[in-house]
This record gives sequence, structure tokens and C-alpha cells, in this order.
Amino acid sequence: MRPRAGRAGPGLAMALMLVISAAFMAALTPAWASGKDTRRSGFEDMGRSTQALQLDDTQNPAWLWVNDGQRRFKADCASCHADGGAHSLRGAAARYPSYDVQLNKPLTLDQRINQCRVRHVQAAPLAAESDDLLALSAYVALQSRGVPVQPDPDPRSQPHRERGAQLYARRMGQLDFSCAQCHDQNAGGRLAGAVIPQAHPTAYPIYRLEWQGMGSLQRRLRNCMTGVRAEPFAYDSDEFMQLELHLKQRAAGMRSESPGVRP
Amino acid sequence: MNVRALLNAPATARKGDIVEIRATVQHPMETGFRPGADGRVLPRNLVRRVECQFEGQTVFAADLHPSISANPYLAFSMRAVATGTLVVTWVGDEGFKHSESARIGVT
Repeated sequence: MRPRAGRAGPGLAMALMLVISAAFMAALTPAWASGKDTRRSGFEDMGRSTQALQLDDTQNPAWLWVNDGQRRFKADCASCHADGGAHSLRGAAARYPSYDVQLNKPLTLDQRINQCRVRHVQAAPLAAESDDLLALSAYVALQSRGVPVQPDPDPRSQPHRERGAQLYARRMGQLDFSCAQCHDQNAGGRLAGAVIPQAHPTAYPIYRLEWQGMGSLQRRLRNCMTGVRAEPFAYDSDEFMQLELHLKQRAAGMRSESPGVRP
Repeated sequence: MNVRALLNAPATARKGDIVEIRATVQHPMETGFRPGADGRVLPRNLVRRVECQFEGQTVFAADLHPSISANPYLAFSMRAVATGTLVVTWVGDEGFKHSESARIGVT
């Protein structure tokens, strides 16, 4: 039997409208913007065995890259960035992307590592997403494990961060989805069998079981973009740097957990 | 390319203890059934056998097959009887061979 709206009267209809619009507003407001911090790392949505893989350094497969990064770091970087020294990289990865005066724009950690190689080590830059660069960035990110994410305070980064926020909210691709529609409005729901995470980039670079290998945040973002049938931005494009600035702002204060493992 | 591998064993153990050994090797474990970007089937490239020897005596061995993931991770246990060196060797297609060793001090 169909309920007839006419019987309910205007009072009930109004109340229903209020409830519906309240639910709609709640859906539009990102979870982390409300008073209590409801942000959660994707770590918390993983199965127990995957969590165990990340928590135990002797099981975490990312250590294949970390060990290699440590070897490279000792050879090329440690003469300036000795642990405990003035240029120690403890906590550095948690502050990236960070404004670079010479290039007059913020740089991601990977871009900064390559700039450091070109300017100070007089070595060739490493290819984006290569195992060599992932190894170095995994080792540098490990120096910030446990450190809260700190967005770059430089005011010159702000316009880029705002552009990133626009990109995050912009619908794209044949499926016409924005990042926000899944990761703000439907986070915690399911996409097929997988929980939709809140998209806090606290564990990159990650060892992703699906990739059977290591990958950067940009590889993950390109994954999402092809998922909505959009043409992915290029590696090291300004768009990815700006998106990362915005994502780090959303995740400000959350604990870095690199190198993470994700399913 | 230099092979990356992880071998974790406790540095010290009490005599008679059961200790866990964990071994990971970086390897694509290409099945031989998958097409590559050009549509042609990629040649099979697997780690075929993993062996662990403690002071020359085999304490663990496994044959690996196409369904094993890339960068295979194996964990097994053994009884610590004496101080000695543990050697894990991975042998596979295309002449792949790599060894890692770790010393266990037994008191």
C-alpha cells in the first residue's frame, strides 16, 4: 500500500523537509570540519593482517625500498643531512609540499629531493616514480614517522593550496565525479567491496598490495583519475603539487605513518 | 640490477627456543600467462625455490609457483640449537640466484 502524502498534513511535510535538508547539509560538510576530530587514516579501514604488515618493520615489504634508500642516502645525502645535525631530515617530509624560493613555487618531497641532487650533489635528477626515487623518498619519509602533518606555513603557498582545493572539488572525467564527492561526502561508504577512505595522505610512499610494489601519492591520484575516466595529470605537474598541498591541509595534525601498506 | 632482500632472524636466542625467520626478496614473479603492454605474453620469470640452511643443514625449503605474489614473503620457524649462520637462497628463472645470511647467537 502506498502512503498518501495528503494525509500527513503540512506539519509533517515541513518536518520531513527539515530532516532531509539537515541530512543533506551533513553530507556536504566534510567530516573533519565538525568540532570533534573524526578524521581517520586509511590504516584504520584495513584488515588486521594488512595492518600487521605495516606495523612490523620486519614484515613491511616497503623495507625493500627503505633499505635501498638508506644506502643511497648515506652515499649522497648524509654529508649534509646527518641524523641529529643542523640539516637533519627528522620531520622534514611532514612539511611537504614546501615553498621553494629559487623556483618560486611549492615543491613536493620528490621534486625537492631531485632539486637537492641537481643543486648540491651535482647528480642527475631521478625519474618520477622510479624505484630509485621511491627508495629515497621512502627513507626520508621514514624520518618523519610519528610526526604530525604540518602544512607549509609560507603565505606564498596559499594560492596554490586554494587552487588545490578547487581541483579537489572539481568534477572530472566521463563519470563526472570530484574527489570531494567520494572522499568527503561518501567516505566510510563502500565502492564495490572496498571502504572509501577519507583520503588523508599520511602514509606515502606506500607499498600497495594491488600494485605488488611501491608507489607515490601521485601514482595513487592517477589511479583515482583513471577510475573516473579522466585523463590523469602528468607526474610532477603543478596540479598534483596543488592537490597535495590541499590534502596535507586537510590532514594537518594527523600522524605520519610512512612507509605505509595499503590493500 | 642489484637484488634487494630482507632476512630477519633474532640476533640471540636461548637454546631450545623456537625462533621465527622472515624472508622477503624483491622479484616480479611474472607468471608467464599475462600479456604485456604490446599484447605479447610476458615470459615466465619466477623464483622457483627458496632454501634455508643453518650451518650447512637444510632447515626449510619451498617450491614457489605462478600464483605467488611479487616480492614473496615467507615466514617459518626453527628450533635454536647452537650458535651459527643462517643462509637463505632464492633460485629462479633467467639465472636468478640470491643469498642472504644472518647470525643467530644461542646461549
